[in-house]
Amino acid sequence: MTKKETNNQVVLKIKDITKGIYNTILLQKQPQMEMPIRSLNNVTYSDKEGYFELLDKTKTRTLTASTIKTFAQTLRMMGLSKDLVETNDMATKREAYYVSKNWGEARFKEQPESDSVMDDIEAMMGVNREQIGFIPEEKGGAVAGELIVIDKDQETGKDLEIDCTRFGSGAYSVPSSVEHLSFKTKAKFVLAIETSGMFERLNKHGYWKKASCILVSMGGVPTRACRRFIRKLADEHKLPVYVFTDGDPYGYFNIYRTLKVGSGNAAHINEFFCVPSAKFIGVTPQDIIDYDLPTHPLKEVDYKKMKDVIKNDPFCQHYKEWQKALEQMAKMKVRVEQQAFSAKSLNYVLETYLPEKLSNPKKWLP
Amino acid sequence: MAQKNAEELAKKQREISIAEFFEKNRHLLGFDNPRRALMTAVKEAVDNALDACEEARILPEINVEIIQLSETRFRMIVEDNGPGIIPKQIPKIFAKLLYGSKFHKLSATRGQQGIGISAAVLYGQLTTGKAATVTSKTGKDKKATHIKLKINTQTNEPQILEEGEIEWEEKDHGTKIEIDMDGFYQKGRQSIDEYLKETAIVNPHCTIIYTTPEPNQIIFPRATEELPPEPVEIKPHPYGVELGRLLKMLETTEAKTLQQFLTSEFVRVGPGTAKEICANSSLLPNTKPKKMTRELVENLYKGVQKTKIIAPPTDCISPIGAENLERGLRKEVNAEFYCATTRPPSVYRGNPFIIEAALGFGGDQESDKTIRIMRFANRVPLLYHQGACSITSSIQKTSWRSYGLQQSKSSLPVGPCIIVVHMTSVWVPFTSESKEALADYNEISKEIKLALQECGRKLASFVNKKRRIKDEAKKRNYIEKYIPHVADAIGEIIGLGTIERKKIEDNLTEILEHVRGELEEIKIDNPDYDPELAKIGLEDDSEKDISDEDEEGKKSKPNKNDKQTTLA
Repeated sequence: MTKKETNNQVVLKIKDITKGIYNTILLQKQPQMEMPIRSLNNVTYSDKEGYFELLDKTKTRTLTASTIKTFAQTLRMMGLSKDLVETNDMATKREAYYVSKNWGEARFKEQPESDSVMDDIEAMMGVNREQIGFIPEEKGGAVAGELIVIDKDQETGKDLEIDCTRFGSGAYSVPSSVEHLSFKTKAKFVLAIETSGMFERLNKHGYWKKASCILVSMGGVPTRACRRFIRKLADEHKLPVYVFTDGDPYGYFNIYRTLKVGSGNAAHINEFFCVPSAKFIGVTPQDIIDYDLPTHPLKEVDYKKMKDVIKNDPFCQHYKEWQKALEQMAKMKVRVEQQAFSAKSLNYVLETYLPEKLSNPKKWLP
Repeated sequence: MAQKNAEELAKKQREISIAEFFEKNRHLLGFDNPRRALMTAVKEAVDNALDACEEARILPEINVEIIQLSETRFRMIVEDNGPGIIPKQIPKIFAKLLYGSKFHKLSATRGQQGIGISAAVLYGQLTTGKAATVTSKTGKDKKATHIKLKINTQTNEPQILEEGEIEWEEKDHGTKIEIDMDGFYQKGRQSIDEYLKETAIVNPHCTIIYTTPEPNQIIFPRATEELPPEPVEIKPHPYGVELGRLLKMLETTEAKTLQQFLTSEFVRVGPGTAKEICANSSLLPNTKPKKMTRELVENLYKGVQKTKIIAPPTDCISPIGAENLERGLRKEVNAEFYCATTRPPSVYRGNPFIIEAALGFGGDQESDKTIRIMRFANRVPLLYHQGACSITSSIQKTSWRSYGLQQSKSSLPVGPCIIVVHMTSVWVPFTSESKEALADYNEISKEIKLALQECGRKLASFVNKKRRIKDEAKKRNYIEKYIPHVADAIGEIIGLGTIERKKIEDNLTEILEHVRGELEEIKIDNPDYDPELAKIGLEDDSEKDISDEDEEGKKSKPNKNDKQTTLA
């Protein structure tokens, strides 16, 4: 499907939904919008597909006194989206928020309000944000290693090859939209890293050269673009993806889990924005013992997060290994950071830990 | 100093007459300052006039006139259309303290002690040296008795200065009292004006024609031709009689035996109960009352307390009625909400009583002030000593916050509200002889609180409703704000013109109206409100405003309804 076709479809869909509302109003009935519920309660972990699938729980927003403002805002936002798509333009989430300032009383007070309305439209139409003309401003992540990214020159439209080995101590920055990119690579695997600190150390010491791999710094919870970028690499070049985060519930279930199976909030697009083949190599609770790592005590929020995950997260519920890891962590009452290996020696992580872990799949977590 | 012996001291010891006592303690009777003295004198005369008319089953028409004689001297004239007083009784009624028909009986009349009007005569005599003039006519073809009177303060006996018969053409029967006294006339709170107005409110069967010193004439016309039921006299209930009274009753009774005494002098005591009392007192039913010693009477007193005796009858008292009370309040205050309640009769110390309460909320009343309280006892307005009154403390002890008024701990609530409480009883327990505050009996304050709570619950549901409507209006406002945005957004997406967009707006307005229902409105709907009446007693307290008010009176005259007229 060409971009133009997609665009036409999006515009048609927006018009269809709006006409439906218009006709309901003409019939003197309360108009409604129906959209999937965006939360962990409404996803299931599909082992076969390897990501969070949306269930069929929907919410209906009926036009009443308490919903009329959001209702008006949603329609306004759909109008903006239609304009953007028709003119082949894009607006960042922040820009969309500022556009709303022209809507008089229907304007958004804070950006999270407009983000949420945007997510609703996305889910209601079953498309992703970029398709309806909105892009995030957050960076997609940083890449270094054995990879050539093929992008288009913004002026000439010709192919542009970007060699990710040639950024020195810097790195290639994943753009917010990655669908048009293609790759050339001889790397053996992708290593996705939580912190930019660890990424810098590995990059500086040319770990990617030694291990023949692509390093991706996620900088916290991976953005959609970052997830999609890794997914494309994994799909198109059959590369295994290994994930290396801090040893705490946040690293496991906010960062790793979102990368691997997607999020509850944007479950309608998880299919494309996740990396089901990803494997977790560390830092595991067992690593704390095996490598005798210095630790910090778990905080109140960590315990809360663990409880919540065990109770509500379909991914954790599916994997006994993860439940055991969490139990072990709860028993040990400690968490560990990626940088803890520096206690041995600054390069211990790339000289000893990573080679050992990568060669021993039994010590990974699913 | 040289010591004195008992004989020397004895020379100074002598009897004090009740008249002398009150000469020195006139504040006890409500004559403590010139302004209040004038008000109290009017009050006593009007109370007597109303009692007399009602007892004779005559619809009262009372004329009150205050004439300013000099800067500090006033003449008070109160004239009624009552049955009149026979010549022989006039001196004692008007010029002997503690003489009257109401002290020894229990009935729901205004007067109780037989002090009030003679105290006014005494006060006039003390401040001006002048006698009071009484004119009274008892029948159509009779002449009127005309008497000038003073009180002999040493003996508490009337002193007749002049007595004669005159023609009193304009009246078939009635009584007129004129007293000159030192005083001070001022409008505003606690004024004669306010007293007469409140009297008119709770006595809708009487007409009062009031001529102020300015002079202005205010007429409070009667609102009903129906007299309240005649107060029924009852005998005391055993529980309400104290030891001293019991001794006195045994001394004066004509009964031959104790049992006979008990059954004839008390209410709710039959032979059975009488025998039971005797048994509980370890006394024989045939004991001779006159021969009983103090100790035996004390046994009897204790025996009474031990015996279970049914409560006194309550049909001897008649309330104003919730409906009448509310109607009166409607005249006085322009509010959004009114309610009133009459409690079932209850008993304190053997005396039956009824509490009534009414409440007016919102409307023209100020919301950041302490609520206004109107107190009445046996249809008499109580204007002074609000803080010492059981009604006030009962209001304070009621929790008004849950009923939608502001209230800091155990103080009077704040809000746009007026509360009216009326107590009627065969014996109203006043805290002093000036009869301005109710004593704090548990049984009474409990009943007051119950009446207030009843009104409070109705108030709460009104306040909640008002809040709901306000919220609803807010929501509708909110809806109206966003309807055009919905219409515009739809219009822009599918390309609609102004007419279609207008159609969306109209339909949405209708749809939401349909879903939410009609918006209720709270309006002041009170045809009974009488702004001229409400103004009386609320005037500025400063005297120099009187001329201005006069002007105002003239200006507003054409708007006045025929209920009430002010004549310049």
